[in-house]
Amino acid sequence: MSDSVDTTVDTTSSRELIKRALSHGKKGRINKDLSNKIMLGVFRAAAYITTLVLLAIIAYVVINGLPHISLDFIFGWPQGVNAEGGIWPTIVSTIYVTALAMLICTPVAVLAAVYLAEYAKQGKVVDIIRYAADALASVPSIVMGLFGYALFVEAMGLGLSMVSAALALALLMLPIVMRTTEEAIRAVPRYIRWGAYGLGATKWQVVSKIVLPSAFGRIATGIVLAIGRAIGETAVVLYTMGQAINLPISPLDSGRPMTVHLYLLANDGINMNAAYGTALLLMAIILAFNLFARYLSRKRR
Amino acid sequence: MSVYQSAPTPEQAAITAKDFNFWYGDFHALTGLDLNIAKNAITSFIGPSGCGKSTFLRCINRMNDLIEGTRVEGTMTLDGNDIYAEGVDPVDLRRRVGMIFQQPNPFPKSIYENVAFGPRLQGVTSKSDLDDIVEESLKRANLWKEVSNQLNKDGLALSGGQQQRLCIARVLAVQPDVLLMDEPCSAIDPTSVSKVEDLMAELAPEMTIIIVTHSMQQAARISDYTAFFLQEVAGEPATLIEYGQTDAIFTSPVDSRTEDYITGRFG
Repeated sequence: MSDSVDTTVDTTSSRELIKRALSHGKKGRINKDLSNKIMLGVFRAAAYITTLVLLAIIAYVVINGLPHISLDFIFGWPQGVNAEGGIWPTIVSTIYVTALAMLICTPVAVLAAVYLAEYAKQGKVVDIIRYAADALASVPSIVMGLFGYALFVEAMGLGLSMVSAALALALLMLPIVMRTTEEAIRAVPRYIRWGAYGLGATKWQVVSKIVLPSAFGRIATGIVLAIGRAIGETAVVLYTMGQAINLPISPLDSGRPMTVHLYLLANDGINMNAAYGTALLLMAIILAFNLFARYLSRKRR
Repeated sequence: MSVYQSAPTPEQAAITAKDFNFWYGDFHALTGLDLNIAKNAITSFIGPSGCGKSTFLRCINRMNDLIEGTRVEGTMTLDGNDIYAEGVDPVDLRRRVGMIFQQPNPFPKSIYENVAFGPRLQGVTSKSDLDDIVEESLKRANLWKEVSNQLNKDGLALSGGQQQRLCIARVLAVQPDVLLMDEPCSAIDPTSVSKVEDLMAELAPEMTIIIVTHSMQQAARISDYTAFFLQEVAGEPATLIEYGQTDAIFTSPVDSRTEDYITGRFG
């Protein structure tokens, strides 16, 4: 702030210095316009590659799978060595186990997130819990499958069943739902909370009547994305649900999810057409869930 | 030492602070505040940013309790009762001391549900009672004419000024004795500002209103009493410099710092 005569002189000479340095700057070897255009092309290409890969996969599965799709295929029972006929029991198994996993995972994940975001004293313990959730999210699914097998199928004696698979899948979904919920809760502006506190609301009233309803859209989006992830999961369910062709009724029933069915069909190469048909249906279901998640997140302003 | 110019007497006061001090963790933010805030009148808190006026405002409904590590010393009474006494529930206190914030903060709910929120918290469930409360509160907040046919519309769909009046209606619905307003007009358009000011004038005869404002004109226009806060040295606690009837403060300030501030020489 204090301007003395000395600094004024200094400023003048350093300005001269800068001016000289600028005028002696080296010119780039490549024309600026050209380098701009090249980089723009590179960025574009990268973006197109991503999209093209996705389109290629979808096209490949659609071309190979679509001719095989029929009402009989969707709603029929498998025939022969379970490679012919329909895949209805596998669709039911997949939906059954995913719904059950969601019912198990959501309350735990949401309550944990509320605790972390609203109640826990921010500090080491919370950081550790958050880190653990992130670590849980990166556990390879085959490991989660083995763990689920050891704990739920064997130790807890639930057998190869819907509930074993749902518990293992819930472990997989837990960190996704928990972290998205925590972020959704944190995104609710503090001004809105203060408004509620200012009216004489207790902490629980603020959380239950203001924060959670405000965050609902984003929480639902997280749940739906986790469901999409669970539907596509193969390794976990392979170890915990078994592969019996069975229409599950009780949670202790075994079954064969679509992903495992697809794996078996393709692995043995017995019926590639049916494998592509199953893949197409699987992708359609996951796409539907993703679109639903988009719809939910758009609906919230 | 603070200077007082025909400030309210203890008998006129709704709120009294005596040697009141406040800390954010280790930071001593307010020191030695002594003032009586007049019942059923409008009091302005003025001063440059960081002078502790909003902090003091939030002490009156113990909103600062929500911030970890805050601490007070001295006494603050509301109608003679120490609000920091053992056993006082800040939740009950905040029902009696409503607050309006700088940023209009309607809940992401309908206009109706925004106003009904406070009464519902207090266990009002009858639909007709709630209807009456909502209509009455919106009328008192001068918003009824504009929204009476769209009560189910999202509160966030209103304009900024309407949102602020909705927030006032929401507070009025729980019938507070005191209304704290933390720069209520700094985020809304000029037309809405005059509507909010008219509203304050209408409410003042039956409600103690305290407004934090950065606008000298607003303080001079609407308030009966004005308190000037200042933090003279960064890192040191802020305190009350001068307090008294608004006319006196603005026309004949005693402390030179008050005069410098209201004539716009700093801040």
